[in-house]
Amino acid sequence: MSILVDENTRVIVQGITGGEGKFHAEQMIEYGTNVVAGAVPGKGGQEVHGVPVYDTVDRAARAEDADASVVFVPPAFAADALFEALDAPLDVVVAITEGIPTQDVSEVYEQLRRTDTRLIGPNCPGIITPGEAKLGILPGNIFTDGDVGLVSRSGTLTYQIVDSLTQRGIGQTTAIGIGGDPIIGTDFIDALELYEADPDTKAVVMCGEIGGEDEEDAARYIAEYMDTPVVGFIAGRTAPPGKRMGHAGAIVSGSGTGTAASKINALESAGVPVGDTPSVVADHVENIL
Amino acid sequence: MRLHEYQAKRLFDEAGISTPKSTLASSVEEAVEAAESIGYPVAIKAQVHVGGRGKAGGIELTDTAEEAREAAEDIIGMELKGYTVDRVLVEAAVDFINELYVGVTMDRGAGKPVAMVSTKGGVNIEEVAENDPDAIAREHVDPASGLHPYQARKAVYDAGVDRAVAGDVAAILSTLYDLWDETDGSDAEINPVMITDEGEVVAADAVFNVDDDALFRQSEIAQLEGETSGDDLEAMAGEYGFDYVRLDGNVGIIGNGAGLVMTTLDLVDYYGGAPANFLDIGGGAKAGRVRNALEIVFADDNVDAVVFNIFGGITRGDEVARGINDALEAFDEIPNPVTVRLAGTNSEEGMEILNTDLVTVEETLEAAVQRSVADAEEVAQ
Repeated sequence: MSILVDENTRVIVQGITGGEGKFHAEQMIEYGTNVVAGAVPGKGGQEVHGVPVYDTVDRAARAEDADASVVFVPPAFAADALFEALDAPLDVVVAITEGIPTQDVSEVYEQLRRTDTRLIGPNCPGIITPGEAKLGILPGNIFTDGDVGLVSRSGTLTYQIVDSLTQRGIGQTTAIGIGGDPIIGTDFIDALELYEADPDTKAVVMCGEIGGEDEEDAARYIAEYMDTPVVGFIAGRTAPPGKRMGHAGAIVSGSGTGTAASKINALESAGVPVGDTPSVVADHVENIL
Repeated sequence: MRLHEYQAKRLFDEAGISTPKSTLASSVEEAVEAAESIGYPVAIKAQVHVGGRGKAGGIELTDTAEEAREAAEDIIGMELKGYTVDRVLVEAAVDFINELYVGVTMDRGAGKPVAMVSTKGGVNIEEVAENDPDAIAREHVDPASGLHPYQARKAVYDAGVDRAVAGDVAAILSTLYDLWDETDGSDAEINPVMITDEGEVVAADAVFNVDDDALFRQSEIAQLEGETSGDDLEAMAGEYGFDYVRLDGNVGIIGNGAGLVMTTLDLVDYYGGAPANFLDIGGGAKAGRVRNALEIVFADDNVDAVVFNIFGGITRGDEVARGINDALEAFDEIPNPVTVRLAGTNSEEGMEILNTDLVTVEETLEAAVQRSVADAEEVAQ
């Protein structure tokens, strides 16, 4: 079992003829993902890695009965591509693109609320259900099938945590990188809710970072609604206020909101053990399972 | 991108938000001339963005040419929290009876813009938000339709603004929202909006930040000379296109991906060291970028040891290893001990390529950080 994507998910790659789109479409197919179509305006009728390309998402979705897409469209055109995916409509849309103007994302987010589509990202590594499907740029070979659900704001930190789990022989049901931007389609609570409802997910690892209050909100949700045990990790304990640490969303404000200490406190108060290092996170998970 | 006060005020003027009469000056002579022409009293204001600019001596109120000269001499060339002041705004001092706050920003939790008004103007609004949140009236905005006029009125009346000027303040909020929307603003703030005894409404200060990711379609703003970091290494990293933040420790850190680099910093601290910087080489970095990253970290005199932490997804371990070798082989003597940890894509190839005469290779993140912290301690002694 898994959440959101599995071997039956029929995937469109938006931007499949571009460098990134082409490379990662191939990687996804090699992993076993059911990539059924590409969508690129003006490139309808072509084929990429044996996958038919359509001019519009609507045509691709109807012709190939697709229910998900991965978006590799450049920032200036990404919001339009996301509106197109929401309009198709699709069940799951994964926005890999980094650097979409925030006001554009805000408009997409407003439209998203009026649909039943689950948007992951933008500026995220994607989602993977080990052995079944990966939608995004995560290196498939480091993941293994197992009992732990993973949700993270950061890509490479996800890989690090997975690596620490793998060393103990612990695999994943599904792993989601929700993205490091200020406005994202799927937040921690959305992902936790899905894992809570998945009978095969025996524990969840949640990797947060400084900035915003999503982790604090998630802590309240865990305390109130979750039976599945959660283990936390928070990056950015040493980050100074007012400095953006790489991700657009990773900044401790001048007034001190968004600090690692506040997030760690909130999680610990909700009964969530927070690992000081990735291997301590793995220790906690090992104890739970 | 953070605009200077004088740039933001030009935007305001063009949009129809009234600001005090002012002139930009980059020398003492220019400042005095501007003060004479505007007429006293005038404020001489340092054009750098640091919190508490007034308290730190960056703003002086003057009544005569002599005072204006002294103030300009004090302020031009002064250091304000790491920034050198090279320009001042000479501005007519406004005689006010009331100060308000008006702002527009993106509420990341709600995912939509928010327009704000408060009668607690002229003070740090973040403190107001924390201690007296009800003193700020907030209106969330549907980004597709913009701020409706009724919402601007509602915010102004809810904030308790004097009815005599409510219409004018609502107009300023509407104009500020439209400007924020059209120019891809991230934060726009007028603090304070001054109300004069004649009932005029004037933007006395201006904060305007534009979304860096939107500069591709904001060509006029992109051409403006924005606030650059006063730190040489941060400026150099900016030119190379790295996300880099300088800290005050002695363990230099290079990694890929913001979350993993932050985690590496945290681990340095956890094992008793002190991080010297945050440097993210980004995804898919090739050998050349790795060389540039090392160049920046070595250029920091505080650095006593360097740790590389790469977990390859789209970044390839062999490329990183080649970059490290190239960079280090160019030195007769390597400035600081370097520890490398490679994992993920092509990491095994990378480990074979690495010249172990020049670097220490560790298998795990924890071991690499501990090694580098120990190296830094040894060098520092």
